[in-house]
Amino acid sequence: MKRMWTYRRSKIAAPILMVAALFTLSAAFGVASAIPNKQTVMGTATSPLVSQGKEVFLRGCSSCHGLNAEGGGIAPSLIGVGAAAVDFQVGTGRMPLADMSQQAMRKKPLYSPAETAVLAAYISSLAPGPAAVTNASLTFERDGNSAEGGQLFRTNCAMCHNFAGQGGALTGGKYAPSLMGVEPKYIYEAMVTGPQSMPKFTNATISAKEKLSVIKWIQDANHEQNQGGASLGRTGPVTEGLLVWTLGIGLLIGIAVWLTTKAK
Amino acid sequence: MSNQIERFQDPGLPKHVHRTSDTDIAAEKRAERQVAAMFLLSAFGTVLTIYSYIFLKSDTYVFLPVMGSTNIQQLFIGLGITLATLCIGLGLVQWAKRLMPDEEVIADRHEMRSEEVDRADLVETFHERADQAGLGRRSLIKRSLGLAVGLVGLSPIVLLRDLGPKPGKALRTTNWESGTRLVLDPAGTPIKPEDLEVGAVAQVLPELRAGTERTLENIGVDAVLLIRLRPEDFNLNAERLSWTYQGIIAFSKICSHMGCAVALYEQQTRHLLCPCHQSTFDVTRAAKVIFGPAARPLPQLALAINSEGYLVAKQPFTVPVGPSFWERDSSRG
Repeated sequence: MKRMWTYRRSKIAAPILMVAALFTLSAAFGVASAIPNKQTVMGTATSPLVSQGKEVFLRGCSSCHGLNAEGGGIAPSLIGVGAAAVDFQVGTGRMPLADMSQQAMRKKPLYSPAETAVLAAYISSLAPGPAAVTNASLTFERDGNSAEGGQLFRTNCAMCHNFAGQGGALTGGKYAPSLMGVEPKYIYEAMVTGPQSMPKFTNATISAKEKLSVIKWIQDANHEQNQGGASLGRTGPVTEGLLVWTLGIGLLIGIAVWLTTKAK
Repeated sequence: MSNQIERFQDPGLPKHVHRTSDTDIAAEKRAERQVAAMFLLSAFGTVLTIYSYIFLKSDTYVFLPVMGSTNIQQLFIGLGITLATLCIGLGLVQWAKRLMPDEEVIADRHEMRSEEVDRADLVETFHERADQAGLGRRSLIKRSLGLAVGLVGLSPIVLLRDLGPKPGKALRTTNWESGTRLVLDPAGTPIKPEDLEVGAVAQVLPELRAGTERTLENIGVDAVLLIRLRPEDFNLNAERLSWTYQGIIAFSKICSHMGCAVALYEQQTRHLLCPCHQSTFDVTRAAKVIFGPAARPLPQLALAINSEGYLVAKQPFTVPVGPSFWERDSSRG
């Protein structure tokens, strides 16, 4: 067996060393940054849920949001955002952030429902804010009115989320996500808390009952069958035009070539 | 080597190459079967269309890759019509390419002018018939026809009246007046400052006087977006700051570029985006245009509260809302 030394001039030696060095460096940096600075942790925990939540918060969230959830250079203050915001952001996997891109995207949640609940308890213990809701408490099937919901949706939501709730682009790479397949409670919490680019829709401007109507309309749109065939993403003339210009005209060019070649 | 340019010789037609279907009987038969198969496929398409329309349920859906959930009846009607029409065309083309004669034929041009005899004959016939019809004698018919034809040209000229009248004040006025309450769209309820949290928006319309109807034309000029920010976030001059109320600011939703509804409010950047041409307005700087084709900021509506605590307009819009028009004085914003 040859000794490692004999491989030192191998083609892959340099990349392997580089990767190893990067690993060492990042591990050292990780250890260094994990050591908490001398900022004091404020507040006294009252209930066990809150103290558990505080523990989870200090472990997973405080590096950006600050040891007392007061926010920092890159993250907003969480004082007063309420349990609804925690349930939405953590429950849909948007928080913790995957990376510092244009906006937090929906992904598999990192925290279990129980951890999310204690986090929400901790955050709502800091200052009052909108409470989290459950799917069962949103009786949109009984109390919602799809026609009214559609009217509200077109006035308040459609400009960003598209007339069929498919989502759309905002400025600078930000976007309004698709509402298809989103759980009712997250739709409700998003309206109440206004996550990221989304403004808040308070119960004074869209009442709690009207919110149920909006949710019902979105669920109906979600289950709406495509009567006319392929929906092409329900984004309107853009995809239809794209299809005609590429597939349609491509087909016509193919036929034109066939028409004009001489038969052998 | 001579300087004389050689006359270009007409090369004539290239040698005709026969198709396999011209020379080989088996190939000819095959082509014939291909064409017939196309036409039969077309007939099958028509049968499929009619069958699908009558016998398939209109509310049955299947999941197809790429297409997603698809209505069975619509799918087969579409496929049937496609087969029925496309295969006729494909069959005809194949027929023409494979079986119809493809030998090149030269057809010489002929003089276009008719024979002298025929021309003279036509003129004579024309005069004869005109005499019989009394074209020279019946002046009543001739004159009334002249009048009718002459008047026909008048109606398009009269219809040009529809280019007017000039809009007058219509493009400069909205239903916003001093003291008009802001009401929610579509609920129609008046709104108080405490109804809006920081970061909240509301789509509002002016409260109409009793007896007036809300029309789409009205909404198209009256629509206003209400946004609440922290008062310290504003970067406004003293006059514009006095138009806000405790951090609540209101802008016309009608884009100053082409009149689309500007309501894509990004709460974090405090930008308003127009979905049509991506004009972007900075809410904290009185809707100053920071990107896109809009030439002017969105008009700001001055806000106040009335004695009952409801939000009202302090005054009408100071500039016309919406896109430019010919008589608009845009030098003052």
